[in-house]
Amino acid sequence: MQINPSPTPTAQAPAGPATDTRETLIEVRDLKVEFNIRGGVVKAVDGLTFDIKRGQTVGIIGESGCGKSVTARAILRMIPKPGKITGGNILYHRRRRLAGHQTAPAETNVIDLTTVDPDGETIRQIRGGEIAMIFQEPMSSLTPVYTAGTHINEAVTLHRLLPVKTLGDQMADKIMQYRHVTREEARDIAVQMLRRVGIPKPEQRVDSYPHQLSGGQRQRVMIAIALSTEPAMLIADEPTTALDVSIEAQILDIMRDLQRTANMAIMFITHNLGVIASMADEIVVMYMGKQVERAGVVDLFYNPKHPYTKALLQSVPKLGPKTGQRLASIEGMVPDPLHLPTGCVFHPRCPAFMPGKCDQIVPRWAEAAPNHWARCLLYEE
Amino acid sequence: MVNYLIRRVGYALIMVVLVSFVSFAIIELPPGDFLTQKVEQLRARGDRSAEQQVETLRLRYGLDKPFLERYFNWASNFLRGDFGESFEFERPVSEILGARLGYTVILAIATTVLTWALAIPLGVYSAVKQYSPGDQAISVVSFIGLGMPGFLLALIIMYFAIIVFNLEVTGLFSPEFQDAPWSFAKVMDLLGHLWIPALISAVTGIGGLVRIMRGNLLDTLGQPFVEAARARGLKNRTVTWKHAVRIAINPLITILGSDVFPSIIVGSSLVAIVLNLPTIGPVFVDSLRKLDMYLAGTCIVFLTIMLLVGNLVADLLLAWVDPRIRLE
Ligand SMILES: Nc1ncnc2c1ncn2[C@@H]1O[C@H](COP(=O)(O)OP(=O)(O)O)[C@@H](O)[C@H]1O
Ligand code: SF4
Ligand SMILES: [Mg+2]
Repeated sequence: MQINPSPTPTAQAPAGPATDTRETLIEVRDLKVEFNIRGGVVKAVDGLTFDIKRGQTVGIIGESGCGKSVTARAILRMIPKPGKITGGNILYHRRRRLAGHQTAPAETNVIDLTTVDPDGETIRQIRGGEIAMIFQEPMSSLTPVYTAGTHINEAVTLHRLLPVKTLGDQMADKIMQYRHVTREEARDIAVQMLRRVGIPKPEQRVDSYPHQLSGGQRQRVMIAIALSTEPAMLIADEPTTALDVSIEAQILDIMRDLQRTANMAIMFITHNLGVIASMADEIVVMYMGKQVERAGVVDLFYNPKHPYTKALLQSVPKLGPKTGQRLASIEGMVPDPLHLPTGCVFHPRCPAFMPGKCDQIVPRWAEAAPNHWARCLLYEE
Repeated sequence: MVNYLIRRVGYALIMVVLVSFVSFAIIELPPGDFLTQKVEQLRARGDRSAEQQVETLRLRYGLDKPFLERYFNWASNFLRGDFGESFEFERPVSEILGARLGYTVILAIATTVLTWALAIPLGVYSAVKQYSPGDQAISVVSFIGLGMPGFLLALIIMYFAIIVFNLEVTGLFSPEFQDAPWSFAKVMDLLGHLWIPALISAVTGIGGLVRIMRGNLLDTLGQPFVEAARARGLKNRTVTWKHAVRIAINPLITILGSDVFPSIIVGSSLVAIVLNLPTIGPVFVDSLRKLDMYLAGTCIVFLTIMLLVGNLVADLLLAWVDPRIRLE
């Protein structure tokens, strides 16, 4: 664990849209993740840079296999086996509550998550407690032999802290003291959370086993687990991909609702453009492990810069929060991750391909318009 | 759940009746069976007492009655605890099997417990530390255990125990307790002797079970709910045991009933012969060889009941640990 009182790396690389005045929560800087597999090295994430502010929703979008899930898992230090973080930083501006200690709310430490022990105490406090995650497979994300309540209790007893009343609000800077929850409180919280995510009869459902719940209900339970600890950020990795459209809309409504009341940041991963438009403030577009464009949501949809983003948008006939359009495939084949094209990795599929240039020069990450970044030779010089 | 229980017990009872029927057919099957031979011998002697004995046998076993009637006769006697007579020993079967039955059950339970107590931690270690030297060592040893017949292992362990460690490995009691009445000291003596045959009978089963546990756990560790549990901030040990092993172990419970327990009963018969243990196994094998059919038939019925009870216990255990079955 590394604590920088003055987070220097922040100053090095401009993170993009700076109009947002909210405090920074996560700074991903030039992140690189590689899988050393038989046959070579796959650069699953290659030089990713973006910020997430407190309370902000950042969408990560791209075709399947472009490195979205790996990015999410890198933040929680849960990259599967042959994978390794080989470069960059993930700076987490940590604001903790501690049981039994008096904590002023503004105390923030910066930790570089790429350097913490992936099995250690620090990351375990962060996982589930400060950064929670929900997954693509609601059908199998709950352990079949435990009830919904058991799952929530597990998270709550580990992470949830309640303010101790006696210290009170009379102090000027609201120094608070916290304690862990008791068993009975954990169960109350479980019921209350199930009610908040819209599960009917939560007092009974709290004792239901996963096989007694529908897919939509299971994903609601996953959200209830994730939010029961009041995390600073929720990572949602394609949370509605496995659900049908009407349930998807309900789940998204719940997430938006809860986010508003809890001032929680969301990193929303999807390949569904319709979903992302209705959820995110800012969008990062990825292609073959590389970030190809980043902009505010309106900017990106009305004025896309990168040919890949344009192709993605053209493949969707109509936009809107309820259309539920899947990311239709765009022309050309996704290249073999072991043998990436030279120059710009998108050049074999790019409609704006410039021979002799795009296949030779690697485009840099550059500001194509104010607060609008792209990695494309069209916007260099 | 209650329905399920009733159904399972019902099936088990039907099974016992079927097996007893088949056993009885087997008892009567051999052309040169003990009873026919005996009657012929007695007839050949031709004297009065011999005639009387033939008459007693005829009445007792209903020799001139039809097959079904003889079966019902045998079965109803069986229920009353009269299992017929051993021709070989000329004593009631119940007297010969009496204590052996208890030891057989004790040995089977001890073997099962030992099999699990060793196989599960080894399998879990193997899976969690996949491809580590420890995993590879466990794999090699369990393949050897899988391939080696139990009696051979029994001989090898006997050799080492007697020659190298100077231990007493045969029998279940020290000589001074052999005929002593039950006491705390005798129980301790039994436990002190029990672990060696239990270990030997367990070894062959452990090999297979370690492999199955390892494979199941590797599968389970790749499941989304394991990743989700880790993402909740649980310790690796909690994730492994509470979320992965807890699920990976369920198929093993089924295997316990359908595979492990039967092979323990068969395997421990061989081990019991080698180690001269007072269990059903050696008597059963001997009775088959000598066509001592009432003794053999009774052994078959009791071994079947043990198997069915083992199966039933495994099924109930599975229902108890797995809500998907319990709440079906
Ligand atoms: N467990 C793994 N082993 C080897 N390579 C992997 C593994 N997980 C991911 N990768 C590589 O990382 C790339 C990105 O994967 P991922 O982040 O899961 O994509 P997605 O954007 O669909 O979530 C994949 O194309 C694959 O090459
Ligand atoms: S650099 Fe060239 S090939 Fe790559 S996206 Fe831009 S125009 Fe297309
Ligand atoms: Mg993914």
